[in-house]
Amino acid sequence: MLKNYIKLAFKVLLRHKFFTFASLFGISFTLMILLVVTSVFDHILGPTYPETRLRRTLYVMDLEIKGPEITKRGSVGYYFLNKYVKSLKTPEKVAITSFMNRMISYNDQQKLKIIMKFTDSVFWEIMDFNFIDGKPYNNEDVSNVNPVAVINETTSEKFFGEESALGKFIEVDWKKYKVIGVVEDVPILRLLPYSDVWVPVTHTKEDITSYTMEGDYQALILAHTRSDFKKIKQEFKKHLDQVEFLDDQFDSIKGGADTFLESISREMFGFDDSQVYLIIGIMISLMILFMILPALNLVNININRIMERYSEIGVRKSFGASSITLVGQFIVENIILTLIGGGIGLILTIIVLSILNNVEVIPLANFTLNYRIFVFAILISIFFGIFSGVYPAFKMSRLQPVDALRGGQR
Amino acid sequence: MIKLNVVDKVYRTDTIETTALKNINLQVEKGEFLSIMGPSGCGKSTLLNIMGLLDKPSSGKVKIEELEVGTFGDRKLAKIRNRKIGFVFQSFHLINDLSVLDNVEIPLLYRRLSGKERKGRALEVLEKVGLSARVKHFPRQLSGGQCQRVAIARAIVGNPEIILADEPTGNLDSVMGAEIMDILMKLNKEANTTIVMVTHDIHLAEQTQRIIRLFDGSQVM
Repeated sequence: MLKNYIKLAFKVLLRHKFFTFASLFGISFTLMILLVVTSVFDHILGPTYPETRLRRTLYVMDLEIKGPEITKRGSVGYYFLNKYVKSLKTPEKVAITSFMNRMISYNDQQKLKIIMKFTDSVFWEIMDFNFIDGKPYNNEDVSNVNPVAVINETTSEKFFGEESALGKFIEVDWKKYKVIGVVEDVPILRLLPYSDVWVPVTHTKEDITSYTMEGDYQALILAHTRSDFKKIKQEFKKHLDQVEFLDDQFDSIKGGADTFLESISREMFGFDDSQVYLIIGIMISLMILFMILPALNLVNININRIMERYSEIGVRKSFGASSITLVGQFIVENIILTLIGGGIGLILTIIVLSILNNVEVIPLANFTLNYRIFVFAILISIFFGIFSGVYPAFKMSRLQPVDALRGGQR
Repeated sequence: MIKLNVVDKVYRTDTIETTALKNINLQVEKGEFLSIMGPSGCGKSTLLNIMGLLDKPSSGKVKIEELEVGTFGDRKLAKIRNRKIGFVFQSFHLINDLSVLDNVEIPLLYRRLSGKERKGRALEVLEKVGLSARVKHFPRQLSGGQCQRVAIARAIVGNPEIILADEPTGNLDSVMGAEIMDILMKLNKEANTTIVMVTHDIHLAEQTQRIIRLFDGSQVM
């Protein structure tokens, strides 16, 4: 029976070429947009290189400090992170890293713009970098202010060509660092780990030991498991309550150890409400809305398509098809249509992603279709198939056989 | 075989009520070949549709082999139509996207049969109606007479005990009409199939064992 349905489905598709084209275009184009967007999101937010431990990482990225007359909100200083975040007991590890610093470097008298980050040694333990050569700096290098650096592959090629960079010196911001490690490039969309050069945090020009609440640093908190998140957040809150203020300008502080999404929600909604569920809700709603529009269009196309098949419905009912069998038949046809659309959508996505990668719209970005996105695509295709097929199929299956044979008129 | 007891059929819209059948009492015996005659719009096809469970009466009872079908749900009715009844329509109602063979196989799709069994049975009946050479053709490649023979093959492929034919020769010329009538007569005689045929043609009706006449939805003598 299934073979017969499939055979008929292909014939129906070929019979109404325009309807088929409209349906397939709708499905494949929508799916392509969705897949490209999810691929980009996956690239930014997913647990990919070098943030493979992302799912059990929390971040302290900004603070709100309030006083009777003034409120300041922004990124955090090293002193604060070192005193109130590093001292947390629940996490497995806590690392501190600066944001990106644009620096100037010279290679053979050629001026180069370099992104540099100042980090502690734990940064290398939380991040899962692939070392092509050498190793990261350790706590001793940081404490002793050793002039060592880890550079990425592209910087290594820029400065040293094909030769190994290990042991060679790189000059950034008028300071010479010995290269002790070369890592695989990190896509620029991975804002936290991305850099060209990493050096021990003790090399920064500012005095990191002096009292500063504000600054250009962030903390990465690695939990033993995700179930520790709540405990870590509570512990951090307690630490915030113990913050000392050196002058009367400020008297309260707000902040949080957040997941990546939570930190986005803080950006959007402020510190009073960490409405991460609202963000997720908005994202899911937009995605559903985006999918429902073409699905409604498909329902409409399907109603027209099925209306032309009243006679067939009547014949099948006359010869023993029950309503449920017919609903099954039309859903099979629709699923075939949507799976074809899904397949075309996938191919289009692969083409678009490879174009995005090749023209380097985003430097070092490598958008890929992984198995999660593939499964997502298949599920979406089936959702389309069922959603757009059930209503028209159910509507026509309710007809008395004689009404169907008459062309749907009572 | 088929028993109708005080059957009425009324079509209602918001403004008008039309009585298609009024107080019909009818019994068709097993192996009988019966024809229903009457002017256009007198309710012949409605009666046939109710006998074939394609439509429901507004009131009255319908029995198929002593089974009172009035309370049956969609699935049970579908099963009776599949196992016991075969239909032949005036306008053939073949599915144009399917080949002759696939069209004939339709009733067997709703039974637990393998593809091989379905094909074997369909080829057998196509041979009976003289269309062995046309199995791969599509309906639009056939003449009217050939289409009706495919429709008959489809009606008999499941070995139903009842064939309901709604003006089976209505769209055919007299030669082809005679051919179709011969096939139906043969089915009735050789397989003892019960046949109820709606027709306008008195010559065809006279070849059957009994004629029922309708006028304005009522049975007349």
